[in-house]
Amino acid sequence: MRMRTPAVVAAVVLTAASLAACSAKNDAADDAAASPTAGGSASAGSCAPADLHLYSAGKLTVATDSPAYAPWFKKGDPSNGQGYESAVVYAVAKQLGFSADQVTWVKEAFNNSYTPGDKKFDFDINQISITPERARVVTFSDGYYTANQAVITLDAKKAEASSLDGLKGLKLGAVTASTSLSAIRDDVRPSAQPLVFDTDDQAKQALLHHQIDGLVTDLPSAGYMSSEIAGSVVAGQFANSAPEEFGLLFQQGNPLVECVDQALGALKDAGTLDQLQQQWLSGMENVPTLQ
Amino acid sequence: MSVWAPSARQIERARITRQMRRRRALLSAVVTVTVLGAVLAVFLTSPGWPAFRAYFLSWSDFKGAFPSVSQGFWLNLRVFLVAEPCVLVLASLVAVCRQSRSPWLAPLRLLSVVYTDLFRGVPSILVVVLVGVGTPALQLNGLPTSLFWLGTIPLVLCYGAYVAEVLRAGILAVHPTQWSSAEALGLSRTQAMWRVIFPQAVRRVVPPLMNDLVSLQKDTALISVLGVWEALRAAQDWQGYHFNGTALFVASMYFLVVAVPLTRLTDWLMLRQIRREQGR
Amino acid sequence: MSALLEIRGLRKTYPAAGSGQRAERVVLHDITLSVAPHDVICLIGASGSGKSTLLRCVNLLEEIQDGVITFDGREISDPRIDPRAVRRDIGMVFQAYNLFPHLSVVDNCTLAPALVHKVAKQEARTRALELLERFGLADKAGAYPDALSGGQQQRVALVRALCTRPRLLLLDEITAALDPELVGEVLEIVRAEAAAGMTMILATHEMAFAREIATTVCFLDQGRILEQGPPEQIFGSPREERTREFLARVL
Repeated sequence: MRMRTPAVVAAVVLTAASLAACSAKNDAADDAAASPTAGGSASAGSCAPADLHLYSAGKLTVATDSPAYAPWFKKGDPSNGQGYESAVVYAVAKQLGFSADQVTWVKEAFNNSYTPGDKKFDFDINQISITPERARVVTFSDGYYTANQAVITLDAKKAEASSLDGLKGLKLGAVTASTSLSAIRDDVRPSAQPLVFDTDDQAKQALLHHQIDGLVTDLPSAGYMSSEIAGSVVAGQFANSAPEEFGLLFQQGNPLVECVDQALGALKDAGTLDQLQQQWLSGMENVPTLQ
Repeated sequence: MSVWAPSARQIERARITRQMRRRRALLSAVVTVTVLGAVLAVFLTSPGWPAFRAYFLSWSDFKGAFPSVSQGFWLNLRVFLVAEPCVLVLASLVAVCRQSRSPWLAPLRLLSVVYTDLFRGVPSILVVVLVGVGTPALQLNGLPTSLFWLGTIPLVLCYGAYVAEVLRAGILAVHPTQWSSAEALGLSRTQAMWRVIFPQAVRRVVPPLMNDLVSLQKDTALISVLGVWEALRAAQDWQGYHFNGTALFVASMYFLVVAVPLTRLTDWLMLRQIRREQGR
Repeated sequence: MSALLEIRGLRKTYPAAGSGQRAERVVLHDITLSVAPHDVICLIGASGSGKSTLLRCVNLLEEIQDGVITFDGREISDPRIDPRAVRRDIGMVFQAYNLFPHLSVVDNCTLAPALVHKVAKQEARTRALELLERFGLADKAGAYPDALSGGQQQRVALVRALCTRPRLLLLDEITAALDPELVGEVLEIVRAEAAAGMTMILATHEMAFAREIATTVCFLDQGRILEQGPPEQIFGSPREERTREFLARVL
């Protein structure tokens, strides 16, 4: 005991010192990270490519989840410019002064896109709805699409699914963390607990195998899915009193959002967004509204 | 007859021993406080702490997510309470079957070996997905369609394999003279196994069995991939919708509340077993 | 009087162990032994001489490679014989690990009568308590084996074997694992049973005891019965040189 005391004291001192050193190193690393590439973000006015606050200089790094579903993308490849979201990204890029091959795509799971910490992209496009609560954690651009929720069913359940009351008795499903789930909870209030899936694919499988009678998702996705599933139909869409918009997701406080908003505004004014919606998201005009 | 009273030297020795013990206790306390304090200090002064706290420890999100995570956890509990007895029954049958010598059970013996190898080799989450999604896909009459069972059955299969091996190890560890004693008394192999060997095997392997029990309780979270509303699914849904991770914290808390008493019990049983064996 | 147990030409081998050995190990060569009712046969010999193996062969716990074992006029070394039927009439007690640790003493004793002999539970219990009483273990009836001393455990093991009313009792060095002061109490029971007329074969190191109770003593050496005869002959004037050597070492 007498001989061990100095050893123990030394161990304690060393531990405390190394912990202190760790935290000091964190500070130093953070200082380095605080000023990343291409400065000039102080001058809010200029949106020229050279002055933009980018993750990787000279390129626009865009993230989306994998797999990339239709009709937002086509053939699972975001870089082919096909599908509504892919087309919007290339239109925005062009507006900002980037050529098509200056756009780089990265994969980012939805669950990781909003967690605290530095992002590895400039913005994320993934049918993400803008809500005030979410806007406290990340920065959203202006909306690029107004989303209505709709329900797909197999033909057998079509009659029941055409009214809100009928839907109450059905087993419904939706993809997790989506406003579809709120539509089910708030508008339908079904008797059975809805099933919640991680991805569109899983939800589609569940519908095919009769695990659920109806799947609620946004109208364009619903339309595309029902074209893929034989014997299914989009039974109706929800009347949205406060429709939500899809926005591009940026790291909290990223100044790039201002220039992107300008670009989106220009595209809206020129009618480009409407035209792209006509091109990629049409065919859903005849879906009745659920009462 | 004289009554013993401590000598002066003994009194002196006792005093010194007490003093040394007190110093040791004091040093332990100081070291613990210093180290923990330093760790806490690093945490609280880190630059990302406010963001971390807002994301994981937000009181409003805690209150908001609490009801739905609680509701979800009730499902986890139910799955656990049903799965555990099923695991024990299945594992016992598999373990005993492997040790049997009856020719009638030969195909089952082979099946047991295949079963334990297969289900210890495939990740549990894959089994959950394959069974949970595959079974309805087959569209056969008579197969379970309720998601409760589609989630519980794969868990029972996976854990059954592990527990079967643990029980088999227990059976093999029983002294061979116990078999001889039982057979010498005229018991059949089956009687000897179920009345003599198996009860002893189970007593021997209580600590690893308890470990598997705690592990199963945690793994009920795996059924979230089937879309059922259990604790993890509820937490992830809140997280994804509100962009806040406090719900995950709530779910973890629930799992701990069940697991910690179980692990303490496991520890106690294990130490008691060791004391018994060494004290013999 | 016809023999209760007849062993003729018994041969027992174990298969070759490792890669080094070519042939199998012969543990028992050509054993011939006759046991009449009420006989007490003591097997003596060095460790590894085959005493335990012989007893295990009689109880059909081991397969034999040649020879014939006849019990009560029927050949029990026939592969078609159900060993359980034979073991109903033959009881055996081992050197250690006899008792089932998860059952109480009385449960240990009533297990076989209830399961194998289909005796009613109450009747089995009564007999067990009677025997425990007779051998001074009545107060331990509800205790578990780990609470008993080694000597008490072996005594309970004997009682357990007696509960099934065997016609032949096989005792495999039952005092070898005990502390010397506990040996006496165990031998007391054996002495009492021998006096009561129980037919027994016991392998033992307790020479004085063997001399006292045996009707025949067999000296085994390297798997053969080198010499057998009444105790006065074996202990007093052994014929074989090796018997004399062995006795000189142990007495």
